Formats: sequence, C-alpha cells, structure tokens
Amino acid sequence: MNYYLLIPFLPLAAFLINILFGKSLLKENAHWVAILAVAGSWVISVATLIDVMGGKTLNQDLYTWVSSGGFKASVGFLIDPLTAVMLIVVTTCSTLIHIYSTGYMHGDNGYYRFFSYLSLFTFCMLMLVMANNFMQLYFGWEGVGLCSYFLIGYYFNKKSASDAGKKAFIVNRFGDFGFGIGIFVIFLTFGTIYYEPVFSQAGAFATKTVNFLGYDVHLMTLIALLLFCGSIGKSAQMPLHVWLPDAMEGPTPVSALIHAATMVTAGVFLVARCSPIFSLSETALMVVALTGAITSLFAATIGLVQNDLKRIIAYSTVSQLGYMFLACGVGAYTAGIFHLYTHAFFKALLFLCAGSVMHAMSGELDIQKMGGLKKHMPITYWTMLIASLSIAGVPGLAGFFSKDEILWMAYSGPSPVGKLVWLSGTLVAFLTAFYSFRLIFLTFHGKFRGTHEQEHHLHESPKSMTIPLMLLCVGAVASGWVGIPALIGENLGIHNYIAEFMKPVLGHPEGHGTHGEEMMVMLVSVAVGFAGIGLAYFMYMMRPDLPGKLATQFSGAYKVLFNKYYVDELYSAIIVRPTIWIARNILIGVTDARIIEAIVNGVPSAIGGFSRQLRKVQTGFLHHYALIMAAGVLIVMGLMLMRSW
Amino acid sequence: METNSMGFPILSALIFLPVAGAVLLLLIPRSKEMLIKAVALSVSILAFIISLPLFSGFNKATHAMQFVERQAWIPTWNITYYLGLDGISILFVLLSTLITILSILISWESIKNKVKEFYISVLIMEGAMIGVFCALDFFLFYIFWEAMLIPMYLLIGVWGGPNRVYAAIKFFLYTLVGSVLMLVGIIVLYFHAGRTFDILDLATRTYPYQLQFWLFWAFFAAFAVKVPMFPVHTWLPDAHTEAPTAGSVILAAVLIKMGAYGFLRFSMPLFPEAARAMTPAMLTLSVIAIIYGAVICLAQTDLKRLIAYSSVSHMGFVTLGIFALNTQGMEGGILQMINHGIVTGALFLSVGVIYDRTHTRQIADYGGVASVMPVYASLFIVFTLASIGLPSTNGFIGEFLILLGGFTANQPAGVLAATGIIIGAGYMLWLYQRVFFMETNAKVTGLADVNMRELVTLLPMVILVFWIGIYPDTFLGFMHESVRHLIERVNTGGAPGATTIAKTVSEILQ
Repeated sequence: MNYYLLIPFLPLAAFLINILFGKSLLKENAHWVAILAVAGSWVISVATLIDVMGGKTLNQDLYTWVSSGGFKASVGFLIDPLTAVMLIVVTTCSTLIHIYSTGYMHGDNGYYRFFSYLSLFTFCMLMLVMANNFMQLYFGWEGVGLCSYFLIGYYFNKKSASDAGKKAFIVNRFGDFGFGIGIFVIFLTFGTIYYEPVFSQAGAFATKTVNFLGYDVHLMTLIALLLFCGSIGKSAQMPLHVWLPDAMEGPTPVSALIHAATMVTAGVFLVARCSPIFSLSETALMVVALTGAITSLFAATIGLVQNDLKRIIAYSTVSQLGYMFLACGVGAYTAGIFHLYTHAFFKALLFLCAGSVMHAMSGELDIQKMGGLKKHMPITYWTMLIASLSIAGVPGLAGFFSKDEILWMAYSGPSPVGKLVWLSGTLVAFLTAFYSFRLIFLTFHGKFRGTHEQEHHLHESPKSMTIPLMLLCVGAVASGWVGIPALIGENLGIHNYIAEFMKPVLGHPEGHGTHGEEMMVMLVSVAVGFAGIGLAYFMYMMRPDLPGKLATQFSGAYKVLFNKYYVDELYSAIIVRPTIWIARNILIGVTDARIIEAIVNGVPSAIGGFSRQLRKVQTGFLHHYALIMAAGVLIVMGLMLMRSW
Repeated sequence: METNSMGFPILSALIFLPVAGAVLLLLIPRSKEMLIKAVALSVSILAFIISLPLFSGFNKATHAMQFVERQAWIPTWNITYYLGLDGISILFVLLSTLITILSILISWESIKNKVKEFYISVLIMEGAMIGVFCALDFFLFYIFWEAMLIPMYLLIGVWGGPNRVYAAIKFFLYTLVGSVLMLVGIIVLYFHAGRTFDILDLATRTYPYQLQFWLFWAFFAAFAVKVPMFPVHTWLPDAHTEAPTAGSVILAAVLIKMGAYGFLRFSMPLFPEAARAMTPAMLTLSVIAIIYGAVICLAQTDLKRLIAYSSVSHMGFVTLGIFALNTQGMEGGILQMINHGIVTGALFLSVGVIYDRTHTRQIADYGGVASVMPVYASLFIVFTLASIGLPSTNGFIGEFLILLGGFTANQPAGVLAATGIIIGAGYMLWLYQRVFFMETNAKVTGLADVNMRELVTLLPMVILVFWIGIYPDTFLGFMHESVRHLIERVNTGGAPGATTIAKTVSEILQ
C-alpha cells in the first residue's frame, strides 16, 4: 500500500529539484520535472480510486511529528472514498493546469519559480486531503495558503500583486485563529487529534456542554463552529471573502488551480471530513447553511455588474463555494462534495478560457473593451460557452446534476432552514446564469470594442493551452454523470454512483419529498437557468443600450454593487487603520515613550544625577578597564581552580 | 572531584576555551587583523566541535544533571565550582557555540575599528554565556551572569550605531538593577538554607510561603528585565537597534533567553508555591507582551527596531508557555526559546547582510530587493515564515505547543495570545513586502547577492528551521524528562497549608 505515499511526495521532489536547480540548470525545461511528477501522482491517484472502489481503505502513520506529554501528532495518511475523490480532483486539475502553464507562462523570466510553486502547492494540497489527523490537515492548510501567497504575489514588483498576496495570507489567518482553537478544544475533549478516534467518540459528547470563555456552550457546536472559522477564511465566505477577488492578481493558471478548483474548496472538504461532528449540532449546520446561502447570493449580485473578466469569475467562485456550504449545512455533504468535484472542472475551464482570452488581448481584462472574439478564437469560445452552460445548470451537463442535487436536498431535507436556502439557491441559479452569459456575450459576441492594435493581434492560443481546455471541457460536460439522480436514472438503469460511493463516509440523508416535488424542483432550477441566459441575451444582444440606462436609473444600487458593498473600505476603516493608529500614537507615543521611559529615565535622575555621573565615567576609556576586569575575574577563577586540583 | 562520563571536563573546556582564545588574541599585534579574525573563528569552531558530544552523548532518559563537574572552590563560604547540564539547559549551550561562530562570520568585514577588542569581547561573551547555562552553584552563576554584561555593554557601546552610548547605558542599568535584587535574593537564600549555594540542593527544600513570595519577585526583577517582559522591555529596542550585527544576534539568540531560563532553573523549583500563585500575573504580563509587542511592530519604520519589538512579542509566547505549568506549554516554551534564538538570530544576521551594503536601517529605503538579491530574498522568506509560525518551520511547533498549553491552563490567555499570530503575520509580511517586493528602490539597485561567507552564515539557520519544524523530536526528546521532573516539583513542592496563602495572594492581585 505504500506506493500511495508517492502521491504527495512526487510533487515535493519536483519542488525541491526546481527550486534548487531550476534557475541554473533546468531553466525553460523546468516544467518537465513538475509535469512528470504531477502526472505520476495522477496515475497513482487513479489506481488508488480503483482500490478504494474495491473496498480498500488505508489509515497509516508515517512518523510521529510532534509528541509532548499526552499530545501526539504524526505525518499520517487516511485514504477513504472522500480522500480518493479529492485526489482525483486535485491531481487531474493540477496536471492539466501544469500543461496549460507551459504555454501561458512561456518566456516568463520566473518560469522555474512558477513551476516550483505549483509543485509545492500540489504537495501541500495532497497532504491536506490525505491527512489522518488535524495537525497534518493544518499543515496542508497553511501550506496551500503560503503557496497562494507566493503565487498571487508572483509578479512581486507590482504593488497591487504583493498587496493582494499579503491580504490573502492575513485574512486567512483570521479564520485559522478559530480553526487552531478548534483543534485545541478537540484535543482537550478527546485527548487526541486523530480523525478516527475523534469521529468515533464524537457521539458520546452529543449533549455535553462546556464552559468556553465564561459561557456555557454546547460542545459539538463549539468545535464545529471553530473549525468552520477556518473554512470561512480558506473558502472565502462572508465575512472573510475579501481576499479572493484580489487574488486574481496572480497568473491565470493559478486562479484556475488554487482559487477555483482546489485550495478554496478545502473549507468544504473540512466540513465534509468533520461531518460526524457537524451532524451532532443543528445550530452549527444552520450557521453553515445560512453562511453559504448568504455568501452565494451576495457574491452573485456583485458579479452582475463587474467588468473585470477574472473578477467576475472570482465572484462566481465565491458564490459557488457558498452553494457547497449550503449543501453541507442541510446535511447533504455528498451533494456538497459532488458540486465541489463538478465545479472544479467547469470553473477551472472558465479561468483557463479567461487566460486564453487575456493571452490574445495582451493582458486586457475589461470585458467592455472586448467583443466579437468568437471568430478569432473558436476553441476558447466553444469551451467557455460549454463551461458557462454547465454552471448555468443546463440539463445533461455536469453543473446541472450537482446543482440540482443540492437544491433538492435543501428542499426535501430535515434542515429547518432548508426551504429558505432552497429559495435563495434558486435565485442564485438565476443570477449565475445571467452573469455567466453576460460575460460570454460581451466577450465573444457583438463587435470588437478594443483598440485596432489589439484587434490586429487577436489569435487563438497555442496547442499547449487549447488541449487542456478541451480535456477540461469533457469534465465540464460529463463529470456530472456519476451522480444522476434516481428520478432520471431509475428507468435507464443508472445509479447515483457518487452517493453510493460516499455513503460510508458522508452518509446519505433521506429526503421527504415525493417524485412530483423533485420534478418541480428540477424544472424550476432549469427554468431559472434558461431565464437567466435569456435575460442576458435580451440585455446584451438585443438591447445593448439597456444596461447603461439601468445603471443610471438605479445608480445608488449600481454603485453599491460595483463597489462590492464597500466591505474592503469598511474593514480598512474599523480594523486596519485604527490598529496602526493605536500602535503609532498610543503604544509608541504614549505608553513606551511617556510612561515607561519616563519612569526608567526618571528613577536614576531622581537619585541625584547619578546617571549623569555614570555616563561621564563610562564614555571614556572604561571599556578597556572593563575588559581587563572581566578577564581578571576569569583568570582568578581559573587560578583558584588549578590550585584546588 | 566528580568527573563525568566524557572522561574530561567538557563543560570547563567549553567555558574556558573561548577565554583562552581571548587571551591569545591579546598577544597578537593589532596590525595583524587577518590573523586575529582567523584565530577567533578557529576558537569558536573548535568550541562548537567540542560541544557536539553533548548532543550525542546526552542521556535523554533521566532528568539528572549530566557532564557534572564538581570541585570545592572557596570552602570558607561553601562555594563550589559546580557545573552540569540537564534537558533544559543543554540546547542553550549548543545554541551559544553555534551562534558565536555565526556572529564572528557576519562581522568579518563590517567591523573595521578596534578589531582585536571586538573579537576578544565576543569570545569572552561566549565563555560567560556557556557558564551561565552550566553553573549549578549560585555564586558561580552570579559571576557568569554579571561577567556577561561587560562584553555586551562594550559591543553595544563601542561598535554600535550613532546612539550607542545611550543604548549601552540603558541596557547596563536595567540589567544591573534587576541583578542586584537577585543578588540580595541569593544571599537571603544562602543564609536561610544554612550556608549553601548548591542550586540543586536548594531546589529540593521547602521554604515558608512569605519567603518564597518575596524571593520570587526579587528573582523576577532580574529575569523579567532579561526576557524582557512587559513593562521592562524598553531597553531592548534601543539595545538591538544600536548594537552591531553580532551584538544584536547574540543578544537576541542567547542573552534574552537567560531570563526565561532563570524562571525554569530557579524561580520554579526554588519557589514552587509562589510560582503557582503568581501564574495569573505572569500569564497576564505574557499576553500583554504578545499583543503589545506585535501591535507596536506595525508602526515601526526601522528594520532592527521592528525585529526587536517582535522579540518582545515572541518572548511573551515563551513566558506564557512556561507559566502554563503543563507539559505542552513548558516544552513548547523551551523549544520556542531555541526557535527564537535561531529565527531572530537569523533575522538579525540577514539584516546585517543588507546593512553592510546599504548602511541604512530605514524600511522606506528598501523595496524590490527580491529582484536584485534573489538568493538573499529566499533565505529571508524562510526566516520570515518561521517567525510567523508556518507549519514545517520550527516556529510553528513551538507556538502550537505553547498555545495549546496556554489554552489548557487558561482559556482567555490562550485565545488572546493566539491573536498574536494574526498580527505577527501582518507585520512580518508587511515588512517583507516593503523590503523585497514592489518597485526596486534606487538605493538598492545593483546590490550584490549574498556571497559565500554570508551564505555559510545563514545556511545552518535554514537547516535548523526545517529540522525542528519537520522532526522536532530530536530536540523535544531532550526535554521530556527534565520538564516532567520540573512540573512535578512545581505541583507538589512546598509546605502543606501554604497553598491557602497562595490563593489569597493571587486573589488580592486579581
């Protein structure tokens, strides 16, 4: 079974080789090491998936990492159905994006550095999903955060890029603050931080309350919510969503891999992994569901009016991540992971298409300056169109199945907020279809609105970029077919494979609805999807003057949305600036300088200018005397020793 | 005369070899600078090599003192020359011998005047530092403790920056005032216990609570200044900022560890009940130091001053862990002392590297250094990440155990202290951004990347950062037995009935 270890350690080896020898030896061949390693991980991941489907699981420690008193953590691996699916998502996306990057990053003078970071990221992400204890999970968690920091700030000479990287790291630390304390509480409750004993004993604490900071709280709710703090940060949920849109400063393949397909979904993975804990707390689940629902609605509304190609997709990611949490919050962890898996394909594809467009447009990101790209870059157009159809929930495509599963589980499940989040989820489905097609129409249809120079330069991207697009496109179409609901599959003899596969880990909540209701939910979601596409077509193809008019008509609302509800400005005003002001004016200016220093400097002078006398003596040649004095003391000591021997 | 398992007095050799080296330097004419440097470097390397058997020959299965040397010295006063190491002190000796080599290497070209005296000071410093960690006789300990002050005073006052004299005197006075109170404490203890300076013997007796209480605070004065704990920290930023690179490195890596070491070696085993009773006060001061030190870093404009204040915050973590009085906290605290020595030492070494090229400490004078000095930038990021406790670096292991221990002992303290890691990420990454990222500042264009000597100076630190981060067992293994023994002593030591007094006192304090 030990060949599983190669899955994370191949990319680690690639990282080490590239970071040490990439600059001097490998140079423009740096991608070979990285691609071979990640492709190797992919092959083993597929083999692992097959093994796991055959009923094998693995829970094995490699070595003890930290041990102190009763606390022990190891570098150890757990491979079960949840891990196996995550391995496939991570290695597939990572491999394709590595290949894409050879084209996209061609000629960049940090080529080896870029691939080193990608390998390091893949390693950390794999360590995260393969962990068998919370400490290693935390290692992977922070590790991917670090790579995200490096890659967002990849163009480090740009102030905006280095600002964005720093912001991502620090905002995530806010979430990790809660996550870390959650791990402490887990240790103090269970006496261990290994998944297996923690999850198997969780039931025994189902009704226990503890005192936390002076409040009596339900223990499982406390642990679940503290862990969820980490998820909020990593998966960019409200109120810690602010870093993800800025993260688009990174190169586009990074946005696809880290900020869409894999890292940002780690929060969802965490909730699913800890489902035995979350399931014991109705309150925690409700918080998860509502956070997801509110975030998805909030981000979708912002996405409606943005003009930056990548930021639209970024807000779409925030919104879709909210969808996944919504699913977990109604107890449908499988549906959440299912959406994570389909989303990885169509969202990575959307980003890579955006990268292809940027490549053609020499880095231009404003969709108002695009238009009519369809005829210049047909492969990019068609793949992006299919990805958008998938995210809009057009029947048969991947996004349709996972989205429908979530909405149906919300509607029919036992959650007290189920109907509410179903309603908001349906609204989001409408908005998603609308902004996705607004993007398609403005970018690829109509007339080109950029400069002549840009127009002259328009071209389809090289094969190294378009082939990954086409492969991901297969995923965006077909990845949902493993989760076809019984309602459709029954008569065709198709099972809901993913639900069956995940059942041992994540369970499968039984819905309480009839076939008729299920059909209704499905039809509604399809209908709003088409309505969204239709409205976008109407506004941007038939009546292109309309959006501008609406923006002036409702300028207040438009401004709020365009400025992302002013959340960044709010944080700056209530957290960042006051803290620095206090540091500068109170701590340095008053406490250190006026109070402590006054006492320190005051005492000697109160003793009658003692210090002034001392200063006079000591600024002379005292150091010579002192040196001799010190030497003297030591020599005398030595002599005395020798005498007594 | 007791001898140890090594067959030769290894600890004495470690203490007096550098001193002998210093004497040798005295004999070399000052015109032969190269020879002076070569001798100093060789002596420090030799001391390091001699210290290695400590690492390999230490018996981790016992808390007893090892490599013991004991010799009657001044029998009239019952003073003995008594040395030994246990799981708490051994790593500091190794750290001292390593840091001395690096300090000499980093000063190779930057110290140009009074070269001879400089290296003499550094070597005497080394001997005194090792002596402090080895001494098991209070008299001997105090001699080393004070002897350390002189070379450090000189390092700051002679080879420091423009405001060096002020900083040196401030450092000297602060430490001296603390030390004098400790001296009084030592003398009181000496007479109370029937004229003995034997630390191990003293640490097995019981003292009346009143006495413990006063002596705890007398010792506290000396140790708190050294750590430095809030509010007696203000000498540190000045001393660090003005000291030459080697001075800052030794100060950060070893000297300020002695305060926390003092708590572990003296305050806790000697005055267990007082230590227990004072926990709330100690935890409070630690948490204040963590947050205060971190927030104040956000407003610093001087590279060295920022790192100095970050030391206040990090040492707050150390005292928090130690006074959590549980295994995780204490082991984390000790490990974090080593970590802080490595990371902050390395940060000061790194600042020294660039200061030698630009002669400015102002953060605003930098920017875009990563494009000019890529190797330097990657070394610096390793230390930055270790400083903010990224998993797989040493800082994470220490901080995690401390926060776990702190949270176990006192929930609010643990939670408040954990905010320190958010702010820590804030100021360190901001520092890194302003120095290394963004547009290249005209003042740094064309700077040469690290040379071989500088690389050799920094690489051991990189290795240690990851070694402790990935396989901390090598280092934590030294501590388990000694820490277990110490916690046992703190929790069970003392006369019965005295706990009630302890409670009242702590209630009054709260």
